[in-house]
Amino acid sequence: MKLHEYQAKDVFADAGLPVPASRLADSVDGVVEAAGEVGYPVAVKAQVHVGGRGKAGGIKLADDADEAREVAEAILGMDLKGYTVESVLVEAAVDFVDELYVGVTMDRGAGQPVAMVSTKGGVNIEEVAAEDPGAIEQEHVDPAFGLHPYQARRAVYEAGVDRAVASDVASVLSTLYGIWDDNDASEAEINPLMVTADDEVVAADAVLNIDDDALFRHPDLAEMEESSYEDDLERLAGGYGFDYVRLDGNVGIIGNGAGLVMTTLDLVDHYGGKPANFLDIGGGAKADRVVDALDMVFSDDNVDAVVFNIFGGITRGDEVARGINEALGSFDEIPKPVIVRLAGTNAEEGMKILDTDLVTVEATLEDAVRRTVELAQEVAA
Amino acid sequence: MSVLVNSDTRVVVQGITGGEGSFHAGQMMAYGTNVVAGAVPGRGGEEVNGVPVFDTVDEAVRETDADASVVFVPPAFAADAMFEALDSPVDLVVAITEGVPTQDMAGVKKRLSETEKTLVGPNCPGLITPGEAKLGILPGNIFAAGDVGLVSRSGTLTYQIVSNLTERGLGQTTAVGIGGDPIIGTDFIDALSLFEDDPDTEAVVMCGEIGGEDEEEAAQYIATQMDTPVVGFIAGRTAPPGKRMGHAGAIVSGGGTGTAQSKIDALEGAGVPVGDTPEDVAGHVEDLL
Repeated sequence: MKLHEYQAKDVFADAGLPVPASRLADSVDGVVEAAGEVGYPVAVKAQVHVGGRGKAGGIKLADDADEAREVAEAILGMDLKGYTVESVLVEAAVDFVDELYVGVTMDRGAGQPVAMVSTKGGVNIEEVAAEDPGAIEQEHVDPAFGLHPYQARRAVYEAGVDRAVASDVASVLSTLYGIWDDNDASEAEINPLMVTADDEVVAADAVLNIDDDALFRHPDLAEMEESSYEDDLERLAGGYGFDYVRLDGNVGIIGNGAGLVMTTLDLVDHYGGKPANFLDIGGGAKADRVVDALDMVFSDDNVDAVVFNIFGGITRGDEVARGINEALGSFDEIPKPVIVRLAGTNAEEGMKILDTDLVTVEATLEDAVRRTVELAQEVAA
Repeated sequence: MSVLVNSDTRVVVQGITGGEGSFHAGQMMAYGTNVVAGAVPGRGGEEVNGVPVFDTVDEAVRETDADASVVFVPPAFAADAMFEALDSPVDLVVAITEGVPTQDMAGVKKRLSETEKTLVGPNCPGLITPGEAKLGILPGNIFAAGDVGLVSRSGTLTYQIVSNLTERGLGQTTAVGIGGDPIIGTDFIDALSLFEDDPDTEAVVMCGEIGGEDEEEAAQYIATQMDTPVVGFIAGRTAPPGKRMGHAGAIVSGGGTGTAQSKIDALEGAGVPVGDTPEDVAGHVEDLL
């Protein structure tokens, strides 16, 4: 789960990291009022989960109320890489002389946390990593002990951070590691960590992404999940508890197991179609989950046909068939053609139960995908 | 021959009194697996499917000589169960549990590195040596004994590819589901090296997916250290960056690492044919044998 910048900054401030004064606003008048409280000049920053907000026009400075109104009108409601900006963070602008990067993430290859420092802050760190990996100083961490203070110091000095702020930056890195660890984060990042003319350091941005699998022990963070959904379909999927990803095609896809669903998407593409979504009903799904899954995919107006691909291990074909009959039997007219392929546990029983007036049945994965792509193209035409 | 498990493997099931644990312990036994014990704190002295339950893994091993553990323990307690098994005398730990927090797994991985033991999973379907034993939740009826090894990050995709193999009469030595999490015990290279050393494995199918760089590293290993031919499959060619595709580990980073194309290129560069479809994979294997 990705926290918004304003949420991450609340967590950072509570842990004692230096963040600028700020207020959240969701209207033009609200921005002007917030800017007055924070004090000019301010940065007005779109709160959407999009990288490179600044370049895309989602962050603008304002020196007075007129400018604040102007930039608020420009940013609120704007489309930022496909996401509508509904709120902005109004923040005291920092007068900086240097921009650093500090971050903590899980190095999955090493199976260890890694703390990072770079003097190349303020730009996309993944680009820095690709082009100039030596510019990022890394310290791998034994999770049993956490980041030793000497490791934070070593990273900072090796990275070439100015000696006047080195101690403060090391302290920020140690605190950031603590935040990462305490909150079961997958990433915690400050980019840029700004350095002011009088050698203060300030977290001008904040990234905090939480491991979804650990949300059960962070009820406070789990409450923020509602605001992390980026559209109504994701919100619906969250309510149903599905692993769901929206894509931009017209072939709806439902299946069991992440690898098999991904493969089904890939086959849709392979046979000339465009996937509309990834939807994994998980292992051992009962009929009611199947009903929910069809409702989920039918709710996407872009979908023209649906392929339902099940290879049962702990999922039973007869349960799936009952769910499909129930979901489609409730319509006077089936909203979109559904192509079903059942294999594995109780597939034969499922095929007997399945009402073939409601669905098209195919025997193999390849045939089911091909047929769905054809039907989607017919419906679209 | 086979790798990791056979009809002699003596299994203790951690979490055998739970719904999943009791059901799959029964399924494993029905397949012929030698399940000798269960381990559940506070439930010592009970029996499940006729199998004695002990309070600790250590006691289960002492009383039954179990040498492998299968973990069916809920996510919040799964890491503790893995530590318990790794600190016991068993040699092999298979963790089925899905949804173990990644930071917990970093601790388990560290402990694992200090032992000579094998951990498979978590978030995996387990492993099976057809006709001998299965440790996990794989549906036994789709497998057939033969000479193809299989290693995969995905459960149901494994079943799909195995059924394509079995339909062509291509049976399996052992199939290992290594799991879809970012931090796992046995990785591709570990499994590939086991198959390389198994005289009965004539070819290996390796099913990867987006996320991480394990497949790229495996390609390097195949090119430099393996004589047994390998056929590949990579799921997630159409996955957008930054989105977790079901598995916690199946994510293309915003910077573009972990893409299917990078993995396909690496495998093909190592001389590994990569199937476009599961059916293609079976076809490539047939061509090799």
